[in-house]
Amino acid sequence: MQNPPATQRTQPQSLTDLFVSFTVLALQGFGGVLAVAQRELVEHKRWMTNEEFVEEWAVAQIMPGPNIINLCIMIGGRYFGLRGALAALAGMLLVPMLIVLLLALAYAQFATHPGVIGALRGMGAVAAGLIVATGLKLFPALKKNALGLAACIGFGVLCFVAVALLRWPLAYVLLGLGSIACVMTYRRLAP
Amino acid sequence: MNEALHLAWSDWFQLFTHYLSLSLLAVGGAITTAPDMHRYLVEQQGWLSDSQFNASIAIAQAAPGPNVLFVALMGWHVGLNAGGLLPALFGVLVSMLGVMLPSSSLTYFTSRWSHANRELRAVRAFKQGMAPIVIALLIATGWILASAHGAPVQDWPLWLTTVVTTVIVWRTRLHLLWLLAAGGLLGWFGLV
Repeated sequence: MQNPPATQRTQPQSLTDLFVSFTVLALQGFGGVLAVAQRELVEHKRWMTNEEFVEEWAVAQIMPGPNIINLCIMIGGRYFGLRGALAALAGMLLVPMLIVLLLALAYAQFATHPGVIGALRGMGAVAAGLIVATGLKLFPALKKNALGLAACIGFGVLCFVAVALLRWPLAYVLLGLGSIACVMTYRRLAP
Repeated sequence: MNEALHLAWSDWFQLFTHYLSLSLLAVGGAITTAPDMHRYLVEQQGWLSDSQFNASIAIAQAAPGPNVLFVALMGWHVGLNAGGLLPALFGVLVSMLGVMLPSSSLTYFTSRWSHANRELRAVRAFKQGMAPIVIALLIATGWILASAHGAPVQDWPLWLTTVVTTVIVWRTRLHLLWLLAAGGLLGWFGLV
């Protein structure tokens, strides 16, 4: 895969930069942080390209543990080693954890308020759209894929049908479809 | 729960090791192990009530930040049941450390290795081969979230909100928080 010109990319300046960036990122993520991660890391900060984001995301997805946490550990570790991974992780968890605990204290009072229930429903509908849109935005990253665009679309459709429509367990889909796709790619990458 | 729960050190240690063992099973996110947490915390040990369990997940999903914080909330509630704020904070620490330590360490070392060997044919094949599947998974996740809405005929305002959001985020650079705020307001006033 070709790298874009170096001028297009920047990198985190310091551990503090990592911590603050991931705190800001996490605090924007209602109902999941992924959509915000693509927006912030690729479009805003330009720490990575769409292609790199998809590749890192593939690793973050296949490893056990929360995907977005895995991603922040990988990015922090890439630039500043273990300290970077810990700074990014702390940014992702510390402030959001305080907020969640405060919300838990308040929740008992407001859980049955119709406005609150409605607002959560509305935000849930928006969050679903954010995630679909992130997938659509990453789609052009497949154009340079060694599998070829046609095969990529084929695997994509199969995966969507299996997970969204048939509701098969994620682990089977990742193992089954994933290993076929990886083997095919491996053969196409033949030197 | 009115009666204070008594948790000995050995119980806390058991909680910790239980989360340690779940950590590496959490492929696809910690939420995939939620059914087992329910079995262990609510049914087997009785450390957590059903409503506390559900509230932990609901609050973490509604709040900003990664959804894995539902684990912190479960630890928090176990601690509250065991006597108050200090045990609650201890519960947060024990459960988050347990659930994060194994998977995060594995990810850290794997990503170091795969970055050092990024020119390796197998590593490139893995990353590129997984790309279409990972992208489709995102769209599938959005689809599953949206199917929590009722049938389109009846709940069309919710579906419309999702579709409009998708198009706006895909095609414009409008800040995501505006969209979430708009969704929240529409919901607050009962419009969706």
